[in-house]
Amino acid sequence: MNIVVCLKQVPGTTQVKIDPQTNTLVRQGIKNIVNPFDTYALEEGARIKERYGGKVTAISMGPPQAEEVLREALSTGADQAILLSDSAFAGSDTLATSYTLARAINKIREYDLVICGRQTIDGDTAQVGPELAEMLEIPFVAYVSQIAEIDNGYMRVQRMVEDGHEVIETPLPAVITVVKEINVPRLPSLRGLAKAKSAVIPTWTAKELGVDKNMVGLSGSATRVIKIFFPQRVYRGEILQGSLENQAESLINKLREAKLI
Amino acid sequence: MGIRIDPDKCTGCGDCIAPCPFGLIEIIDEKAHINEGCNLCGACQEACSYDAILIEAAIETAAISDSHRGIWVFAEAKDGNLKSVDYELLSRGRELADTLKTELCAVCFGHNISEVEQLIAYGADKVYLTDDPALASHQEDLYTGELTRLIQEHKPEIVLAGATSLGRSFIPRVAAILKTGLTADCTELEIDTERRLLLQTRPAFGGNIMATIICQTRRPQMATVRPRVFKKNPLAGRKGQIIKVDFNKEGVTSKTKLLDFVEDLTERVKIEDADIIVSGGRGLDKAENFQLLEELAAVMGAALGSSRPPVDDGWIPYSHQVGQTGKTICPKLYIACGISGAVQHLAGMQTSDTIVAINNDPDAPIFEVATYGIVGDLFEVVPMLTEKLKGR
Repeated sequence: MNIVVCLKQVPGTTQVKIDPQTNTLVRQGIKNIVNPFDTYALEEGARIKERYGGKVTAISMGPPQAEEVLREALSTGADQAILLSDSAFAGSDTLATSYTLARAINKIREYDLVICGRQTIDGDTAQVGPELAEMLEIPFVAYVSQIAEIDNGYMRVQRMVEDGHEVIETPLPAVITVVKEINVPRLPSLRGLAKAKSAVIPTWTAKELGVDKNMVGLSGSATRVIKIFFPQRVYRGEILQGSLENQAESLINKLREAKLI
Repeated sequence: MGIRIDPDKCTGCGDCIAPCPFGLIEIIDEKAHINEGCNLCGACQEACSYDAILIEAAIETAAISDSHRGIWVFAEAKDGNLKSVDYELLSRGRELADTLKTELCAVCFGHNISEVEQLIAYGADKVYLTDDPALASHQEDLYTGELTRLIQEHKPEIVLAGATSLGRSFIPRVAAILKTGLTADCTELEIDTERRLLLQTRPAFGGNIMATIICQTRRPQMATVRPRVFKKNPLAGRKGQIIKVDFNKEGVTSKTKLLDFVEDLTERVKIEDADIIVSGGRGLDKAENFQLLEELAAVMGAALGSSRPPVDDGWIPYSHQVGQTGKTICPKLYIACGISGAVQHLAGMQTSDTIVAINNDPDAPIFEVATYGIVGDLFEVVPMLTEKLKGR
């Protein structure tokens, strides 16, 4: 099984705070991290390799510093890593991103499975996985929570949907996106850290990928962000007073008055 | 293409720093410097009094096809029943279609779907209905092929679908085949009448910021829309047409096979359909304590929700999780018990009509979005509420 895992470098948003004076995101001291959902994708890739043999290739598209996430991937299960980086890729929406990733995966050529995290924590779109599958013209399964079996060019998986679980069978190669329930990612090993430190990570640019310049970056993006603003949170809150008994009483009265109960 | 500072004009005044939603601008050697991550939103340019910030956007050369007209709503059905989000999208779609002076169509796939005429009552002028046993369950390959084919044939200018498990999985595939733009999980839709564009607004960064997005030159403009953000609005005396479409069996084959579906039976009342949700967080301490919330939920006819920690610890199944990686809900009443209110949780519930927070930490962020707050021990307050409601 040759497995490609797609990773994205994102700001560690749990640390994102809003500066009350300027109403902007505070960026100081925010580390870039591997998109948390992608760590489950990598771990699953490593586990499949351990079960069935093969190779895990980690790829990431981003600015030069996105190499950091690939080093991390090499320390936690990836055998090799490739960075897709070119100023021509900047400003990509999900359509342009999935096109670029697809070009890279086609260049890797020998692959049986592509694994992505279900969504990133910055964009939250969950669109790159399914769009990538169409660009590669191979099957797609979202929200995978368990890989039951891989046999004879087919894979059976369980996935989570709104009201339960589905069992799906897909021929390979395929693209899947995984949810956090699928595994617990391992910590880097000493050997892994040493390997990651010394590894040479090739960078594939627009030229190496042979991309159509009109299909990458801003020119290849169908969508444009025209405005960014902070959500208006209405702080209409009332903290109830008195003994707990009185508060409970008063809450019920208020909800009844509003005909909510 | 990109953004740059004209060093001759920049005075280093710093007026551009605060407006940048990403905090990417700093003053280095008395000149503004823009760090990596800019998406050309233009906020800094507006703030600059010296015309020192230049944005060269891509020149849109492709002509917009005038032949694309009409708004489509993908009406999702499960086991022959239409979903609430279908009606919500039609209600908003009706207003958008009237603004654009165009028709509103629903597209529906499935087998033996009941009450299809309701799609007309909620605003559709036409319903394209593909009824075939092969489409009875959510066979995403078939749905992808069929929707793509119909869009190519009829050329709508806008296609909307619910941001459900199904919608967020197969709609991106349709967009990729059509090589058009898709905006995920929108919470607002408006029309720019002058340019005939759909203004699609959605949360990003776990709900910390909102972004308005357009798809300028490609058609259709596609968006998935969060359930329960638009109100259902049935219209009296509407007439429309139901057009039966033959399923093109030869045209598409399903590569993936849906072998089985196991429904999550603990979910008595589905949280996405519930008017009242009683939700628990880490403050519950252990799985057995959900019993307290179940009792309160039972007397109120409410569904049971959860923040992420109880799901991570296996106290309650994932289908109950509210938040960025769970469900986004918008009930009339949301009662948060022992939930601190991390941004990821707020992203999933802050649009609820009325929010009640019960937490013993007066500084918990949940109180910032709460309509009514009780600072106190949930183990005392919740049973008290249950008793009082029982005794009414």
